[in-house]
Amino acid sequence: MLEAILILTLIAVVFGLLLGFAAIRFKVEGDPIVDQIDSLLPQTQCGQCGYAGCRPYATAIAADEADINQCPPGGETVILSLADLLGKDPKPLSEEHGVEKPKMVAVIDEQTCIGCTLCIQACPVDCILGAGKQMHTVIEKECTGCELCLPPCPVDCILMVEVGSDPSTWKWPYPGQKEPQA
Amino acid sequence: MSPKLWKFHGGLHLPGHKAESTGQTISTMPVATQLIVPVQQHIGAAAHVLVEVGQKVLKGQPIARAEGAVSTSIHAPSSGTVTAIEPHSVPHPSGLKDLCIVIDTDGEDRWATRTPIDDPALASADTLRQQIQASGIVGMGGAGFPSHLKLNPRTHVVETLILNGAECEPYITCDDMLMRERPLDILRGARLMSRALAAKTVVIAIEDNKPEALAAISAELGKAATSNIEVLSIPTLYPTGGERQLIKVVTGKEVPSKGLPVEIGVVCHNVATAAAVYRAVELGEPLVSRIVTITGERVPEPRNLEVVFGTPLQAVLDYCQVADSADIEILMGGPMMGLPLHDTQTPIVKTSNCLLIRQTETKPAALPCIRCGACAEVCPAQLLPQQLYWHARAKAYDRVQDFHLFDCIECGCCDQVCPSNIPLVDYYRFAKTEIWAQEREKKVSDLARERHEFREFRLQREKDERAARHAQKKKAVSSDDAKSDDAKKAAIQAAMDRAKAKRDNVGANAKNTDNLTEAQQRQVEEADQRRAKMKENSGENE
Repeated sequence: MLEAILILTLIAVVFGLLLGFAAIRFKVEGDPIVDQIDSLLPQTQCGQCGYAGCRPYATAIAADEADINQCPPGGETVILSLADLLGKDPKPLSEEHGVEKPKMVAVIDEQTCIGCTLCIQACPVDCILGAGKQMHTVIEKECTGCELCLPPCPVDCILMVEVGSDPSTWKWPYPGQKEPQA
Repeated sequence: MSPKLWKFHGGLHLPGHKAESTGQTISTMPVATQLIVPVQQHIGAAAHVLVEVGQKVLKGQPIARAEGAVSTSIHAPSSGTVTAIEPHSVPHPSGLKDLCIVIDTDGEDRWATRTPIDDPALASADTLRQQIQASGIVGMGGAGFPSHLKLNPRTHVVETLILNGAECEPYITCDDMLMRERPLDILRGARLMSRALAAKTVVIAIEDNKPEALAAISAELGKAATSNIEVLSIPTLYPTGGERQLIKVVTGKEVPSKGLPVEIGVVCHNVATAAAVYRAVELGEPLVSRIVTITGERVPEPRNLEVVFGTPLQAVLDYCQVADSADIEILMGGPMMGLPLHDTQTPIVKTSNCLLIRQTETKPAALPCIRCGACAEVCPAQLLPQQLYWHARAKAYDRVQDFHLFDCIECGCCDQVCPSNIPLVDYYRFAKTEIWAQEREKKVSDLARERHEFREFRLQREKDERAARHAQKKKAVSSDDAKSDDAKKAAIQAAMDRAKAKRDNVGANAKNTDNLTEAQQRQVEEADQRRAKMKENSGENE
């Protein structure tokens, strides 16, 4: 009887130490779930979800403070993959946060631009090029279409233009759906 | 003696419809008045345009050069003037427009200077590959992969070069006619390709429904003394002409999933590519035309035509006297894998092996899948089409990849046998393009994340720097203050000291009325008396 208690106690102590050691030795820096969520988000940094960017939103999802359907740029795809990752039920995009739109990029009307640099300061991915009293332009490849440059522009010279598809980026329509005429 | 052949999984015996278009010899179609040459006629990067609007070009002159490694050149298909460089309908399932060079031909069809390789028998493999790339040669079987890349074995040892003369898809006969009429071109091309690859043996594989082609190649081969080339008759079964299927039939080896044939020592090229290689290397003629099968029930005289690239579909239809009607369907390629064309201005390109013109078939509506498994039995890639279908339909892109979606060759066998008429291949294509799009988006979002994080980092750094500068300045100012305070205090102290010393000195100094002589004393007293007197006087006067 006593032996059994002793053995069990010993085992408990050994495993306790082992676990304690492992917890210190293999401590993971940061929160991996936030990274995983962040890697699924579209990184437009648009703030439509109500958070200051994609990473804050990811942190909020991880902390269960935000729902998974608040990202309009990601749309259905992001909701499905988030649901998959977090083991939640997918749900339709929350309407108060916006609607899914085709991919857009900002284009500056260079005739109208006065070179105030306000849009440059607003751009979350530093994709607007220019200097004070110099014409600005958008690096189209790097624009995420977040629309954050629109409100600060004093002369409304920024337009959002839909990114059309060319034969190399075209997607087959879902079978049974009528293909929209190009 | 017939060598051992192997069998791939599945496949279908389809009605051939080959006899219709093999009745006539290959004829050359006259050059159309306007040619529309797409800059992307191959897999890889679009070629870079070299000409300007208004420029005169000669036949075979490069009009666009390869951009990067996976790309190839485009040449003027005939002489004339470039009249536009603009987006135009191209053979693509999207029906979207792509950049094309439009040439108005002058009817002279005058060649630019052709530069063949002087002594092809001695030229190095690199020289051959360069000439092949410069001549714009791509896989002519339909995929359009730049050939010079597939002729580069790199570190692999090539045991067998297979020349694909299977032409397994119904209706198409362009390779058949080429083998019948130009066997020597193919054999010469085969020798050049074999040299470029350092291949040990070359096998020309031809389906046994083409006895004339087999005979022609064998006869030509019999004339050569010794050679490492052999002709192989293989059973007719769709899709034997698929690269992986043909390799299995000929060598018994299976190309690993996501691997390349060269990794197992086999390289596969189309017979028409071999003929094009011969023309490019020994005659210096770049790829500017190809043999196209014009066939189908709506063509009065089905046959094979040599057509220059860029010829608009309408010109071919007119030449073949195809009556225009609302109920015709035009496929580029065969009935199984062909691409429907909707715009009659779509040009013939390097991969257009066939134009199938037939009455529009309305596919019966799709019914639910009954899990019969017929699709899995015929799948030549040994996939599970049903599972792929379910997951593609549910947009479960991870799951379709678990079931090896990307090993699907889109041969259409599963579509053909499906009793519920489900457009299975359309689902696979949908899933494939969707997955590619997601991969592209992932790259874009990774870049955006990186840039956003760098921006955050930069803003933080600027803030820190500003704060640091501020702190330093403040410190400098305060220490200055302290210093000047001390100095001031010291200066004040010094001044006070000086004043004090002065005062003390003044106190210490004798007044000038001290130590006066008696005479002076008297004078002072007199002066005092005068002053007192004057004071009294002035007081009286007042």
